[in-house]
Amino acid sequence: MSVKSNSEQGAISPMRTPLYFLKMMFVRLGVLPFLLFIAVIVFTMTSDNFLTGRNLLNVVRQSSYLTLVAVGQMFALLTGGFDLSVGTIIALTSVVGATAMAAASAAMPDSIGLAITIGVLAGLAAGAIIGSINGIGVAMLGVSPFMMTLGMSSVGFGVALYMTGGTPVYGMPVQFADIFGFGHLFGMPAPVFVGIILILTLYIVLNWTRLGRYFYAVGGNIKAAGLSGINTRLTLFLAYLFCGLVASISGILLTARLDTGEANIGTSMPLESIAACVIAGVSLRGGIGRLENVVLGALFIGLVQNGMNLARIESYLQIVVIGALLIIAVIADQARLRVMANMQD
Amino acid sequence: MTNVGYSSHETLSTTGLVESAPLLEMNNISKRFPGVLALDDVSFNLKAGEVHVLFGENGAGKSTMISMIAGVYQPTEGTVVFQGKETHLQSVHHARSLGISAVFQEFSLVEQLTVEQNLFLGNEQMSYGFLSRKAAHAEAKRMLDDLGFPLKPGQKVAYLSRAEQQMVEIAKAFRSDLSVLILDEPTASLTERETDRLFELVEQVKAQGVGIVYITHRMAEIKRIADRITVLRDGCFIDTVDAKTATEDQLVSLMTGRSIDQIFPKINFTPGREILSIHNLSTADERVKDVSIHVRRGEIVGVAGLVGAGKSKLLRSCFGLENITEGSIVFDDEDVTGYSTREMLDRGFFYNPPDRRNEGLVMIRSCRENISLPSLHLPAFQKAEILKRRSEAKTTQEIAAALQLHPLKIERVVDHFSGGNQQKVLLSKCLTRDVKLYVFDEPTVGVDVGTRVEIYKFIAKLCEQGAAVVVVSSDLPEVLHLSHRLYVMQRGKLQAELSGDEITQENVLRNFFDKEAA
Repeated sequence: MSVKSNSEQGAISPMRTPLYFLKMMFVRLGVLPFLLFIAVIVFTMTSDNFLTGRNLLNVVRQSSYLTLVAVGQMFALLTGGFDLSVGTIIALTSVVGATAMAAASAAMPDSIGLAITIGVLAGLAAGAIIGSINGIGVAMLGVSPFMMTLGMSSVGFGVALYMTGGTPVYGMPVQFADIFGFGHLFGMPAPVFVGIILILTLYIVLNWTRLGRYFYAVGGNIKAAGLSGINTRLTLFLAYLFCGLVASISGILLTARLDTGEANIGTSMPLESIAACVIAGVSLRGGIGRLENVVLGALFIGLVQNGMNLARIESYLQIVVIGALLIIAVIADQARLRVMANMQD
Repeated sequence: MTNVGYSSHETLSTTGLVESAPLLEMNNISKRFPGVLALDDVSFNLKAGEVHVLFGENGAGKSTMISMIAGVYQPTEGTVVFQGKETHLQSVHHARSLGISAVFQEFSLVEQLTVEQNLFLGNEQMSYGFLSRKAAHAEAKRMLDDLGFPLKPGQKVAYLSRAEQQMVEIAKAFRSDLSVLILDEPTASLTERETDRLFELVEQVKAQGVGIVYITHRMAEIKRIADRITVLRDGCFIDTVDAKTATEDQLVSLMTGRSIDQIFPKINFTPGREILSIHNLSTADERVKDVSIHVRRGEIVGVAGLVGAGKSKLLRSCFGLENITEGSIVFDDEDVTGYSTREMLDRGFFYNPPDRRNEGLVMIRSCRENISLPSLHLPAFQKAEILKRRSEAKTTQEIAAALQLHPLKIERVVDHFSGGNQQKVLLSKCLTRDVKLYVFDEPTVGVDVGTRVEIYKFIAKLCEQGAAVVVVSSDLPEVLHLSHRLYVMQRGKLQAELSGDEITQENVLRNFFDKEAA
């Protein structure tokens, strides 16, 4: 990197001090590696149990739900919008999926596999419907993503509460929780396995298909994308559909873990998923962001929550820390742009 | 004409000294931006009561110079002497307090506010600590009346046309205690009559001892109002000449460092089959009215006209970007009226937009991604829905090399290239797929002379290889020298079709303006 800035425009030779390399790293990688580093140091000092394989695996499992939502959120952010309804999508998925599954298993107690399938599909359909409505509003009707998804989060939450009267939905087959909530697939906790498969798929979509490229182009400059023959409306629509579907999958996994359908889960997801993306360097203006970093960003938030739990920090205070981290990440990103302008390349 | 009150003590005292001490001296000014030396040791002085034109191509440093006079930027090196005293112009506010006002091309208006709120923005009329709206309204009305601009003070700026917004911007600058007035292409969106009015005002303040720095590309304006002309090129001072003796050819060669025939290539036209014909086309917004043109393979067809004449809209409507109400478009023997952008691209019609930052490029992504963007669905770039990233990199690298992108780094973000190189990336986009008709809308906006020459060569080559080319441009020399045939538009209507020897500046200009008005 330093060689590059040297050869170009014959700039004044940068000093190769450790500080320079730190700056270079900051510009290249953003604030996340620094935050991760600090977090690991601090929590290792405050708790002996933090830096153990068992605990770290626990962090990964606990973070898998947020990771999925954050990865979905990234699609909306890439196109220059965001999705505030991811929490509602999880809640509605949970309620609809659990209700359908309970009804199906009550109607045909012998075919549990079918009942689980019906429940999962019903939950995913609920998520896809919210995502599609978001997509139609943003892409076809030109509603701002803020209003569209905020409105839908109220609509979805209301529907979920109305369906359940605010009480949890019971009656799902035990196998559902056993497999998807607490079970292991190929030696991994089920949610981690599902997460890895999904992340790999979405990684390929983003980096190796036309559609992935179009998300970046539409977010970077929607007019230029349109003049290059891209169907910008369809691209926007698909971003919200993807976001809704991925959040919905997270909702299914969370329902399995809780073993009940709940209308009150996922409320912290909009903030946390956007925080994970922003900490990972996804631009709020669209067009910039890497999926692997978003995964790291979500894991970082899980790590901080876990570390705070081990250090016995009260859960209400933890909410304060997450909000503060988000703001620090945005400030750091601004600082990064300034450092970048000074360094030129 | 009532007195607007320009006569401060300073201006009165300097009128006597017109010939001796300049009002403003910019001595040996350099300005460095990160990575760019925008101005290199340039000296410039302005006398009281003169119109001093800054002349040069885009990127020559004119805007940087006036930005420093207006206090937007501070010089890296050099001194500013204002009314005999060395002065550091720290901010726009500071410059304004000294009587230095600027009308920039990019408006400094808040669109959500009204005309009068904009006029007094930062300088509000107050009484007892509260806004005095009545006084502001009366004062705004008086200012606009004095200037002769037909604007309502209570109207929101967002609802005004570009020309009207320009008037508000000018009104903002024409205030009391004026000593230096900077006008950056103020007539670009004004009508003839409004331009006349502006020039009257310029004459008036000039007589009151105000010094005027004027940026324009239009020769006619220079002839009309300039006293002296300073030519800049690539950030360097070239010459200051007397406007009365300077000729147009002299100015062009000073500006570009080359003579006209070194800039424009010789093109062999071999007109072939007709590929595009537009019949009696009108658009829903009435910016194009009943226009018919045709384009053949192997020729360059120019479309000239003032800003807003509808020349751009005409071609955009063939690319699925405008609502067509009447008429038809036939492309390659197929009726394509109302086809979408995608459909037109797939038929070999490529439209290159004029505003690369706004419409042309995804500035925050790499050159590679930008160049391949229109063509990712082609077998060269993907197979079974999976992108062939290596082949993509190879192809785009070759194209970038052929266009001499500098530096030749296709993974670099477009925003980090110079304007000329960004334009090359924009042009590269049409080379990734089969194109039968290229439309270049303002192909050389904001590029230096060197790049301009390369772009002309590039366009000439496409044409000589048998493609049809349409060049839409407000740059008169450009369409005059490149076109095999030239259409001139005015207010949405086709005014003339010129070919061969008929393509002269006089013939084109005659058709630019209303015949009745002339």
